[in-house]
Amino acid sequence: MSAESTYQPKSGFGRWMEARLPIMGLVHDSFVVYPTPRNLNYLWAFGAILTMMLVLQILTGIVLAMHYIPDAAMAFASIEHIMRDVNYGWLLRYLHANGASMFFVAVYIHMARSMYYGSYKEPREVLWILGVIIFLLMIATAFMGYVLPWGQMSFWAATVITNLFSAIPLFGEGITTWLWGGFAVDSPTLNRFYSLHYLLPFMIVGVVVLHVWALHVVGQNNPLGIEVRSKQDTVRFTPHATVKDVFASVVFLVVLAWLMFYLPNFLGHPDNYIPANSLQTPAHIVPEWYFLPFYAILRAIPDKLMGVIALFASIGILAFLPWLDTSRVRSARFRPLYFWFFWIFMIVVVGLGYLGAQTPEGGFLLAARLLTAYYFAHFLIILPIIGLIERPRPLPSSIAESVLASSGGEAGEAAPAE
Amino acid sequence: MHRRLRHGLSAAVLSAAVVFGAGAAVAASYPLERTELQRWSFSGYFGRFDQAQLQRGFQVYREVCASCHSLNFIAFRHLGNEGGPHFGEEEVKALAAEYIVTDGPDEFGDLFERDGKPFDTFPAPFPNDQAAAAANGGAVPPDLSVMAKARAAPRHIAWMPVDMLTAYQEAGADYLYALLTGYEDPPPGTEVTDGTYYNPYFLAGKALAMSAPLSDGIVTYDDGSPETVDQYARDVSAFLMWTAEPHLMERKRIGFQVIVFLVVFAGLLYLTKKKVWADTAH
Amino acid sequence: MANSETADQPEPTRRDFLYVATGAVGAVGVAAAAWPFIDQMNPDAAALALASIEVDIASVEPGMSLTVKWRGKPVFIRNRTEDEIAAANEVALDELPDRLARNDNAAAGASAEDANRAAPGRENWLVMIGVCTHLGCVPLGQSGEFGGWFCPCHGSSYDTSGRIRIGPAPENLRVPPFEFISDTTLRIG
Repeated sequence: MSAESTYQPKSGFGRWMEARLPIMGLVHDSFVVYPTPRNLNYLWAFGAILTMMLVLQILTGIVLAMHYIPDAAMAFASIEHIMRDVNYGWLLRYLHANGASMFFVAVYIHMARSMYYGSYKEPREVLWILGVIIFLLMIATAFMGYVLPWGQMSFWAATVITNLFSAIPLFGEGITTWLWGGFAVDSPTLNRFYSLHYLLPFMIVGVVVLHVWALHVVGQNNPLGIEVRSKQDTVRFTPHATVKDVFASVVFLVVLAWLMFYLPNFLGHPDNYIPANSLQTPAHIVPEWYFLPFYAILRAIPDKLMGVIALFASIGILAFLPWLDTSRVRSARFRPLYFWFFWIFMIVVVGLGYLGAQTPEGGFLLAARLLTAYYFAHFLIILPIIGLIERPRPLPSSIAESVLASSGGEAGEAAPAE
Repeated sequence: MHRRLRHGLSAAVLSAAVVFGAGAAVAASYPLERTELQRWSFSGYFGRFDQAQLQRGFQVYREVCASCHSLNFIAFRHLGNEGGPHFGEEEVKALAAEYIVTDGPDEFGDLFERDGKPFDTFPAPFPNDQAAAAANGGAVPPDLSVMAKARAAPRHIAWMPVDMLTAYQEAGADYLYALLTGYEDPPPGTEVTDGTYYNPYFLAGKALAMSAPLSDGIVTYDDGSPETVDQYARDVSAFLMWTAEPHLMERKRIGFQVIVFLVVFAGLLYLTKKKVWADTAH
Repeated sequence: MANSETADQPEPTRRDFLYVATGAVGAVGVAAAAWPFIDQMNPDAAALALASIEVDIASVEPGMSLTVKWRGKPVFIRNRTEDEIAAANEVALDELPDRLARNDNAAAGASAEDANRAAPGRENWLVMIGVCTHLGCVPLGQSGEFGGWFCPCHGSSYDTSGRIRIGPAPENLRVPPFEFISDTTLRIG
């Protein structure tokens, strides 16, 4: 971004504008001629998919806010009003609710891809940490959004999660009262959650800009995990990456459409169609599916304060990943040991998700404790050690060499058209 | 995708399946009986409400359920909507006028009663929850507007992929049907507290505070449909599915169009992508 | 810019056709997807259902008015006195700034005679939307120099038929669609 732009405005107005605000040049350099590794697979489309989902969530959210009423007495009814009487209100709400789920599907795939291919390693540490911050903001936004319909699950999720802060010694009670604006979750809580639910997505946009900025400084990682060395290794962002990203985004939208039109309430909990009742807790309260692994970790710890610490640590530890992984090789393709530990870790996370939805007793509780221990061990013990003892496979000398080797005899004419 | 990645992914899916399978052994204690899935006209990709069934279901609600259960989010005008019971405009007016609603204040500041109008919502049988509880032995009969989405027949997690492919969203209607037809005498040795009624399909216990509301012949149908508990339960469950999801038919119709469009668009994009990358090894 | 090599080929290629078709389908998709986002701001089904109201006018004696709310706006229902009707009929058409009836129940080009503004067959009844045609304030009843309505915002005066006589308002007060269902019940909308 700091280098001299190669952009040549074609029109007189373009040159006039470029001399005053070089925004077209910025777009040209970042999204047109930007060199992107030629060997990226479809897992690299999730950045574009996430951008699309963020825009979609903001658009549907702004529109829903035109009809929603953040008041304990009217919130549930205003949602029903949206679902019944507002023109296409049902469509917009189902798009927003299921869009949130698909947003998390995309972000988890995006994170897993980074882990598999070691995208967080030097020089991409800041890029990765900005991603963790986006993930944290997403969690906060999704949680507050889930409170807004003011159903039973909304209310009790708000109660349980805000009560996490009561675990803080000395100040806990004061903090929860402050969060609630009262002595329990009620209208003031709902109203401020609504305000923050509207604000946070725009903070996400801000951090996303930094994330993309950082990405364009260090360049994209790739499935081989080796740095780009020459022009031979890359293709232009447009059209090569653009068309691939758009194709992947539309395929992703097919899944979202299936969900929102055919299974709109599949991922939700029936109890959230019962209006909030502060005198009666539902028999089984569970968070939305995308929080289940973290919820399982919270419940696995028998001590209140330690449980809360473990919950926050399970997310916070991600920020230290670039330094906990001691291997210099990025891609799991060339890391025979890490390859298996990566997949074990994936199974552990999915397993925690499953346990997060079960009653924490007997075998389930024991399993949750074991998997929680493994979760932390993966970061704190396994990653540092296997980086030291593992013998990586030999790395190819360049992306171009590897690509040309696998595409056989026609390699000669493989130079990028541009 | 790289071969090794694919290999690892399938291994992960397999072991996840094993983990879930093991967890399945522990079953929740309620409901006592597993709800059976019913055939509904509104299930599946092209599901449609049966207009006559919704009208019958409305009749069951009006003559049986409405004495205790409110329908707060439904206005009389909704009964005239396409994709619902679709009563004619005059029928809706006549139906509304059969109800007395409270309006006001008038110019003297007093509330007054008048005949219902299409834009009114169904008047609730009780003025507030306290009155409802007092009249029903302490249990508040819940509002039925979104009941078909607020309850669901429990499904084992192993069904998840099948349910997702078949677009199964009728767990609420299945449950309501099972509950309404599921009342029976408690088996020997099972004690039921006074004022509750044994029903093995009830989600939250072995007995509930509502006695069996339906019995054969309790509602007279004009269209010759069987006047049985089974038919009543089916019809009122369908009606409550509509009250909970009034745009279901529109949703499925638009959804199909959107998905077809996106698949075609994705196909075109795939060809474009192939063309763009044709000269570039990757 | 998607493909530079076609620049020197004058005839459209299959590649071009594919790109144009894909782009066109995408544009259609975006346009279609935009509609729900736009349409949601239109009046919803609940608002439309209230678009028609029935008003009991049994207690409105001659010389009395009733103001009711219809579509969020005030509607003046006035039972006019003989004097008011006479005053309205005395005005010649060419004295009026706006010579159109502005009556949703009459033909579009009907002229502004009092008969074209009052309720047909019940000329004592005048039903109008109480919104000044200047900038939307609510005029005061039975005031102003023509004995009709006077808008306090910018000084427009209407006569006893609700026609603009003096001031910045360009049009007569609008008569909404209405009908008498019975002698004592009026339906507006």
